[in-house]
Amino acid sequence: MICPFILIRMHDNFIVSASFCGANLEKEGLTLKPTTEMNQPLSNSVLKKQKVTQWKLARKSFQKHWQLYLLIIPPVLYFIIFKYVPMIGTVIAFKDYNVVQGIMGSSWVGLKHFEAFFRNPVAWDLIQNTLYLSLYQLLVTFPLPIILALTLNEIKDGLFKRSVQMFTYAPYFISTVVIVSMIVLMLSPRLGIINQFIELFGFEPVNFLGNADLFRSVFVWSDAWQQTGYSAIIYLAALAGVDKQQYEAAKVDGASRIQRIMNVDIPGIMPAIVIILVLSVGNLMALGFEKVYLLQNPLNLSTSEILQTYVYKMGIINADFSFSAAVGLFNSFVNLILLVLVNYLAKRISGNGLW
Amino acid sequence: MDENIKSSKIRESFTDRIFLIGVYTFLIIVLLIVLYPLIYIISASISSPEAVMAGRVWLWPVDFSLEGYTEVFNNSDVMRGFSNSIFYTVAYTVIAVVLTVVFAYPLSRKSFYGRTFLMFFIIFTMLFYGGLIPEYLVVKNLGMLDTIWAILIPKAMAVWQIIIARTFFQTSVPEELVEASEMDGCSSLRFLWSVVLPLSKPIIAVLALMYAVFQWNSYFDAMVFLRSEELFPLQLELRELLITQTESGVNMDIAEQQKREQLANLMKYSLIVVSSLPVLIIYPFAQKYFVKGMLIGSVKG
Repeated sequence: MICPFILIRMHDNFIVSASFCGANLEKEGLTLKPTTEMNQPLSNSVLKKQKVTQWKLARKSFQKHWQLYLLIIPPVLYFIIFKYVPMIGTVIAFKDYNVVQGIMGSSWVGLKHFEAFFRNPVAWDLIQNTLYLSLYQLLVTFPLPIILALTLNEIKDGLFKRSVQMFTYAPYFISTVVIVSMIVLMLSPRLGIINQFIELFGFEPVNFLGNADLFRSVFVWSDAWQQTGYSAIIYLAALAGVDKQQYEAAKVDGASRIQRIMNVDIPGIMPAIVIILVLSVGNLMALGFEKVYLLQNPLNLSTSEILQTYVYKMGIINADFSFSAAVGLFNSFVNLILLVLVNYLAKRISGNGLW
Repeated sequence: MDENIKSSKIRESFTDRIFLIGVYTFLIIVLLIVLYPLIYIISASISSPEAVMAGRVWLWPVDFSLEGYTEVFNNSDVMRGFSNSIFYTVAYTVIAVVLTVVFAYPLSRKSFYGRTFLMFFIIFTMLFYGGLIPEYLVVKNLGMLDTIWAILIPKAMAVWQIIIARTFFQTSVPEELVEASEMDGCSSLRFLWSVVLPLSKPIIAVLALMYAVFQWNSYFDAMVFLRSEELFPLQLELRELLITQTESGVNMDIAEQQKREQLANLMKYSLIVVSSLPVLIIYPFAQKYFVKGMLIGSVKG
């Protein structure tokens, strides 16, 4: 096998394992054909003629672009090793994985780990926590960018508009660790600035992070603070594309600004809204896990423990790989179902969808 | 819409004006909410430890001092994390941009056989995610655990970035140019190197900024894959110092301990500023390019 330039410099084990993983893939019957297999004739075909021309096309392309085919070997290998091998690796959810026997050698146990998870009373709490947090997040962070974009679109270009845009994008570039530190510092019960304001107005200080009931709000609203400006960009772009003549027509008809927003702007950006909604629902179970983990403490764990933080703790920290892979697989599965469902509904209702 | 507003100034009705005032008020409130935490953190970081501890800082710096920053720069863990992070960010960005360009360019050429399959091949990975545990096992089996490769390689490409780059190549390197170069006997590689790359500076900037900011800000992979402290990136050091810190002076008298506590508290503010500085410096450029990247990506998936 040709070792492309990036791989040569890497760990020795890498090349060995790379070809090993490739072998695994073939065993599983996945047909990923990097380059050289492109010019194999596909014999037993019904539509022979069509296949022959396909083959001709492939051969011509390979002759012309053989250098490009060599170039894409490293990226293709990357996807196989770091995306497809883990996909196949999820079979350990149905096995009793142990390090000595490896993924393929370990014995099958069927749905044992799934049963163990659902028998555990913790399971329903985790599922509930995950869903509540995601839905709360969606309800807040989905409409806010639309409102921001619509209002920004109403005002004239100028210094004010540009500064609002520039400063609202800024928090997006701050890292999760720093955001969480800011939250911890500003909301701390004794020294935090927010509690000093609360005390100034004569109320009792609130232990925001030590209170399980407040955890979701802290998480969601800090997220809104960080993401709203950036998420508004896509709607602003969509608004810039709304037909100017419709505004004129609406004006001639004596429509007020609010009526123009309701009847011209919103229908104009509807396709963008639907696509973003479908994407957000598709990510419902995968949201902001890194931030949840950092915000966790023993006092708020009853609402802040979600499926993914549980997977991390059981899998990486306790090294219970098979069990946590089963929980993770369940999480991805729910996610996928949600995505397909929402996409179907969106297509049914508005005619727009991801596919 | 601007011309419309000008031409119809007289017709701007009373309710519209009220509405517009409402819009401005809303945006001013949004601006204040976004700005306040940023200003507060910066002000606190350049105030004296006592003032911060006593809660006398609420908007502007009180008793200007740089003690927090001195503390940060004298902390060897932070400095080591800082240089590690610079290394990771530079190396990762180079690897990621090269891989992305090298993959996205062939995918943008119509005559490249297999491009539809390859597009499906990468988009499929957006829908199905193997999960944390299988990913961890792959890294482990490759012998990458607790090496720099665990940071540089497993996240080396992002599907979204490939789509952005491909869309860019499709729209800005016309098929006729490719055909003309082929007539002249120019090889694909030569064409990529001497025609496509010079044309692609904007997209390379977009990709480099996106990957660099991602790497600079990420902590999770380091937490999962790294054990040795010498390899920790800055964000992981920050996590320890800012969030999980439980250090307390035992053998100190109360005044000394209070002083330490004040300084440790102040240092957190300075640390936040120092660690966000590299991103803040590139922010003016980044903002433009990020917006551009997001718009290219949204043209066509």
